[in-house]
Amino acid sequence: MKHFDLPLSEQDLALLRAGDCVTLSGTIYTARDCAHKRLISLLNENKPLPVPQGALIYYAGPCPAPAGKACGSCGPTTSARMNSFAPRLLDEGIGGMIGKGEMSEETRQAIIRNGKIYFAAIGGAGATYSNAIIKSECVAFPDLLSEAVYRMQVKDFPVVVAYDRSGGSVYRD
Amino acid sequence: MRTINTKEICDCVTRLFLKAGLRFTPSCLAALQNAEQTETGAAKFALSALLENEKIAQREQMPVCQDTGMSVVLLEIGQDVFLTGAPLTQAVNEGVRRAYEEGNFRKSICDPLTRVNTADNTPAHLHVEIAEGDRISVVCLPKGFGSENMSKLFMLTPAQGEEGILNAIVQTVNAAGSRPCPPVYVGVGIGGAFDSCAYLAKKALTREVGSSHPREDVAKIEREALKRINETGIGAQGFGGKTTAIGVSCEVAPTHIAGLPVAVNIQCHCVRCEKEIL
Repeated sequence: MKHFDLPLSEQDLALLRAGDCVTLSGTIYTARDCAHKRLISLLNENKPLPVPQGALIYYAGPCPAPAGKACGSCGPTTSARMNSFAPRLLDEGIGGMIGKGEMSEETRQAIIRNGKIYFAAIGGAGATYSNAIIKSECVAFPDLLSEAVYRMQVKDFPVVVAYDRSGGSVYRD
Repeated sequence: MRTINTKEICDCVTRLFLKAGLRFTPSCLAALQNAEQTETGAAKFALSALLENEKIAQREQMPVCQDTGMSVVLLEIGQDVFLTGAPLTQAVNEGVRRAYEEGNFRKSICDPLTRVNTADNTPAHLHVEIAEGDRISVVCLPKGFGSENMSKLFMLTPAQGEEGILNAIVQTVNAAGSRPCPPVYVGVGIGGAFDSCAYLAKKALTREVGSSHPREDVAKIEREALKRINETGIGAQGFGGKTTAIGVSCEVAPTHIAGLPVAVNIQCHCVRCEKEIL
């Protein structure tokens, strides 16, 4: 399995093809339904996002961390619920997403037009992903509890390329 | 008459959720192992990862999936039981609260409008039925919502019959595609009314994966639906292949002469369900 360090370079993005099983190491940011609503509000108010340009957003809400671990069980949530937010965030410069399942044609077009990527993590593999997260800290919206934005350092985080920048998809058409 | 303190039910609920959150049911595990043997490519990669993940969850005593679900509790209380102690609902909620805290489970229950989290995963989604005898059957099902969201209810006409039922089931799984963490387990309610039909579908999910309904005409629908679902090509995680579902379980109840309600409740591949008799 090929390995990539985050953030992905232009060269990496050009290389990755739908269906590739790869591992990722570096920094990612969690956000799901409620956090996305707030990210869009921040954009509407011309305020800075807690997610830096070029970073991947991980659609996830972790379990509490048990003693001695950085993070509890933390697999992906269904990406399709973020379809109403993803194109705008891609246009604003996020590096792509990690989630699970198909997204809309509109989101796929936003991936292509921005030359970004959408990875599918293995839905349900929460314990495995917990072990791939070596550091986790809440960086925005702590009142949202598990739905807050967490900055995570990940190591050898296994994913499959779901949509690549050339329009390839791992899912049936 | 047998006296049972609701504290016993509370303890049982805690025990069952703590166990359920960390593992697949044995019949689900067997079905996934079988699928992993037959698939190839990204689908095989996904199935292997899911089986390995469950081993990690068991070894490290952590939730197999971060969506530790809505806490569905099904109680069948024998009518010769006399309950003492805290009110039943309160006891069940306390059982859920303790399990989700002790197990480092995610608290996923919120107000539908304000979206403010109740922070302890209560209230439990409690169903109570009265049965014969002096025992209490407790079933705990942490139900993930990625799959719950893909569920549907159809008010069919009697004329649509068996073919209509099969279409409703296959159409629901097909529309869900890769989103509910396939391979899925499909619970189907046939008959009853608008509300009880959906409950039947949920109850069907408490059956063992691979079990057959005792009525042959119902078992035939289960087999045919599974066959058609596995011809859709969605596959594990939507990565293709022959394993889109690991099972279809149908439960039936009498309905009105004017109708044929069908409820399709989707369960992800992570079938977590524990049972005990008190």
